[in-house]
Amino acid sequence: MMEPLATVFLVLLVACGVAAMAVSDLLAAVVVFGAFSFFSALYFATLGALDVAFTEAVVGAAMSAVFVVTAVFHTTRRTKA
Amino acid sequence: MRAPFGSPVLDAACRLLVPFLLLFALYVLVHGHDSPGGGFQSGTLLAGAVILVRLVRGHPGGWGLERRAALGLACGGVGLYAAIGLASLVFGGHYLDYSALPLPLAAASRRALGILGIEVGVTLGVTGVLVLIFDALVAWEGEEA
Repeated sequence: MMEPLATVFLVLLVACGVAAMAVSDLLAAVVVFGAFSFFSALYFATLGALDVAFTEAVVGAAMSAVFVVTAVFHTTRRTKA
Repeated sequence: MRAPFGSPVLDAACRLLVPFLLLFALYVLVHGHDSPGGGFQSGTLLAGAVILVRLVRGHPGGWGLERRAALGLACGGVGLYAAIGLASLVFGGHYLDYSALPLPLAAASRRALGILGIEVGVTLGVTGVLVLIFDALVAWEGEEA
């Protein structure tokens, strides 16, 4: 039912989500979260939803990453253990 | 204006990237009706180009949108959208019924022009709002947030 490429992207998506929660460096979490957005954009593209994929790549991977990085600079970089 | 931004790598990358970002945003806007893209994506790309220069240069006002101009752009975009919608309402159609617009063209061309008009409005609004969000988050020194 599912294409193998879509399965690969879904597995990477879940891995990026778990890694973004696991790292304690907030800047690294932002970068991993950008990778999460990128893989979800690729997943949407394999499903044929090119418009959604374009929006996800532009907004999720670029814009929200920049906004969250500027927000991180207003707080401490490390999460409290 | 020809002073280098920061490091040579940032300088070269930024100078190379920004014109193509602006051109691609324009392409996405005017080609949005028969390819992926449209007003929202185009506005985000435009705002991305402005924010990229702000990130590289490290201070506002040297390039792109000032904060007041961004506010005006956001309001003007929303106003353009509403004005086209209300114009079609005034000339006898429904809200955003572009074929009612009084243009000396075929109905299909009037619809295409109306859609392009509101897409331009969406683009300006999204660009202004995203630049404003970035400026409010960064809150450069000497300015209130």
